[in-house]
Amino acid sequence: MTQATVLYDLPGPRARRRNAIIGVVSIAAIVGLIGWAVYRFWQTGQFEARKWEQFQYAAVQRELLAGYLATLKAAGIATVLALLFGALFAAARLSDRWILRAPATFVVELFRAIPLLILIFFGYYVPLQYGWSIDKLWALVIGLTLYNGSVLAEIFRAGINAVPRGQSEGAYAIGMRKNQVIRLILLPQAVRAMLPAIVSQLVVLLKDTALGFIITYPELLFVGKQIGGRLAFGLPYVPTYLIVAVIYIATCGLLSVLAWWLQKRMGRARKTSAAVLPTKDFGDAGRTAI
Amino acid sequence: MAEFLRVLTDNWSLYSQGFTNTVKLFLVAAVGSLVLGTLLGAMRVSPVPALRAFGATYVNVLRNTPLTLVFAFLVFAVPKLDVNIDYLPAAFLALTLYTSAFVCEVVRSGINTVATGQAEAARALGMTFLQVLGSIVLPQALRSMVPPMMSVFIAMLKNTTIAAGFSVLEAGAIPAYMSERGEPQFAVLLWITIGFLILILPLVVLQRFLERKLAVAR
Amino acid sequence: MRITRVAAATLMATLALTAAACGKEGTPAPSGAGNGSGAANGDTCQSSGATFTPASSVDLTGSPTYDKIKSAGKVVIGVKFDQPNLGYKDAQGKRCGFDIEVAQLIASKLGVDPAKIEYKEIPSANRETAIKGGEIDYYVGTYSITDKRKNDIAFAGPYFIAGQDLLVRKDESAITGKETLKGKKVCSAKGSTPIQRVRDEGLTEANNIVEFATYSECVSQLLDKKVDAVTTDDAILKGYAAQNSTDLKVVGKPFSTEKYGIGLPKTDKALRDYVNAQLAASFADGTWQKIYDGTLGKSGSPASPPALERY
Repeated sequence: MTQATVLYDLPGPRARRRNAIIGVVSIAAIVGLIGWAVYRFWQTGQFEARKWEQFQYAAVQRELLAGYLATLKAAGIATVLALLFGALFAAARLSDRWILRAPATFVVELFRAIPLLILIFFGYYVPLQYGWSIDKLWALVIGLTLYNGSVLAEIFRAGINAVPRGQSEGAYAIGMRKNQVIRLILLPQAVRAMLPAIVSQLVVLLKDTALGFIITYPELLFVGKQIGGRLAFGLPYVPTYLIVAVIYIATCGLLSVLAWWLQKRMGRARKTSAAVLPTKDFGDAGRTAI
Repeated sequence: MAEFLRVLTDNWSLYSQGFTNTVKLFLVAAVGSLVLGTLLGAMRVSPVPALRAFGATYVNVLRNTPLTLVFAFLVFAVPKLDVNIDYLPAAFLALTLYTSAFVCEVVRSGINTVATGQAEAARALGMTFLQVLGSIVLPQALRSMVPPMMSVFIAMLKNTTIAAGFSVLEAGAIPAYMSERGEPQFAVLLWITIGFLILILPLVVLQRFLERKLAVAR
Repeated sequence: MRITRVAAATLMATLALTAAACGKEGTPAPSGAGNGSGAANGDTCQSSGATFTPASSVDLTGSPTYDKIKSAGKVVIGVKFDQPNLGYKDAQGKRCGFDIEVAQLIASKLGVDPAKIEYKEIPSANRETAIKGGEIDYYVGTYSITDKRKNDIAFAGPYFIAGQDLLVRKDESAITGKETLKGKKVCSAKGSTPIQRVRDEGLTEANNIVEFATYSECVSQLLDKKVDAVTTDDAILKGYAAQNSTDLKVVGKPFSTEKYGIGLPKTDKALRDYVNAQLAASFADGTWQKIYDGTLGKSGSPASPPALERY
């Protein structure tokens, strides 16, 4: 970064020297921190072959793969359903009729306020209470859909509203009906602006599948806990969780790269008058989605 | 209806204990992640490449890791490194480490919303770094930081429920206890929902109020 | 065009992951801990050697659960997966242990090939709801018969009698029985009978009670010195102690009687009577003894069949 930022002027010779010193000191501090962590790992025998050995075996790899696929399955189904839910409720919230608008607003606001874990519990315990068996996958998917669908509904609505008024006014002026205005004028422009925020929310959805372990849905983290808890292998929690973390970070990172790529691509081919959803609502193009 | 009320009154001590711990977790982790997140945010906008890289790595690792895994790592893996943390502090730490990545991003993008020309003009007037920061950049940046920061904290309040899986008795742990006591789960969960609505509503109202009050035309 | 490229990249990543899953075949052999304990050899699942041939004719009418099993051609059984020698799932997904074999025995008597059993891992706290909701046909997994549970479900059995005990670190000298737990951190599974007893009898302070979903998590916390004792039935604890006899020991002073039953839907009396009859037969013909000796018996203590309690 040679360009001046809002905080600093272009560094002169003295500032450069000072920055170099701070740089060296902070590198030393960071290396020290990492070194200490590695030392602790080494000292407590985390690098022992016994703790890592089992990952060489196909049986254990198959377990991890099965967990990963279960995670992707739950995330995949919930993504499709949440997008549908979001589209439906965003449409209702944008309606002119209060009879549609009011209940949709209520539902969206309510589900955004309930912790996801509690929604999953609703999906899991309540059917059982009424003697109705439900697969854990669906308990998880219902929770994920209701929560993320509601957030997506808000993203869709904000995206449509972010298209400048002139666009819809012009469309109405040439005699289009509301349905046509939204479908032909607003949506195509809004989608480009919303894409990064949508992808970011889908990263959140993928991460949240990890909550499935509390209702013992056999996703990646649950499998990790099983492998890590094997007493006969000296409870290899540390290596197992490191491997699980790498898988999560790689998968979510891939999606984040996709979001970044979409954003860049939009910046290049700017055929829209809608600004990419502003920081005010969604942080760094949605990357504050939590 | 009477049954519904009974669920709350019979188990009042469990509910109040659970929600007290939820609020405690929220307050401590909010302060913690505000401090750590601001520090990381400062690193990410600093002129020192090493600090910027560290901040970026931290944010990208934590943001792409499920909070549940952060919890699991602190409770099951970290003790294996001979570093012992009790359950409640572990929950504080997990929430703080995770949330600060998001706070950091809010801080960074907040500062980046201030136009470079503002600071350049201030420097042209001869202001020092601290003056530029204190009177020009921060007042503008803070305005745009407040609403997303509130969103992050509202999300964090809801995230405290994950501690239930790691031996902390907070609101999210109530259903498991109630299952033991044989209470109807629908009523149990409805009361928890109401509890969270009571906690979250003031935050949302505050957020909307601040959003309106701090709105600036750029 | 671009979308295709992304799709191709994703596909390749998936393939790479799948390809990476080509490791050594077989089961990893544990080194170090667990040797010479006489327990099932570490993570390798060894069954007792008893064989269960599906019954060709099943004399059972008036049981909705059995009708469901019959028409589905398979049976869904709730089990534990993390209790060595009782209900355990090894790295290859093989299940073994005393409870598993009892579950297989009953399945075979219901005319189902043990290979066609669908196992479901149900945590302790959710057992009654799973049976009531019909998520599982029956449950075999260290399930103590209590009057409170009889309000929700029915029990066949008991097929085993255990007692609550304490698992501590080998160098522990302060904990010698339930009276010495005050001020110590005690861990057990959420919603289990043992932790309710600790709470009801006030054996330790409320804030010293630690609960996790499974016992393995408790054992991990015990070895990490985050808790001082793990409490549950001695049968379960001995399984763990046998796996790591260098660091763990069982105190050996049981302070309860836990009668393990098979959890069944409450209203299905026909099934309950049938299962009881089959248990009685296995007690008489030595099958039960064979299963016990080949699984739990390996941890050192002998046992004989309990008396059934029909109701």
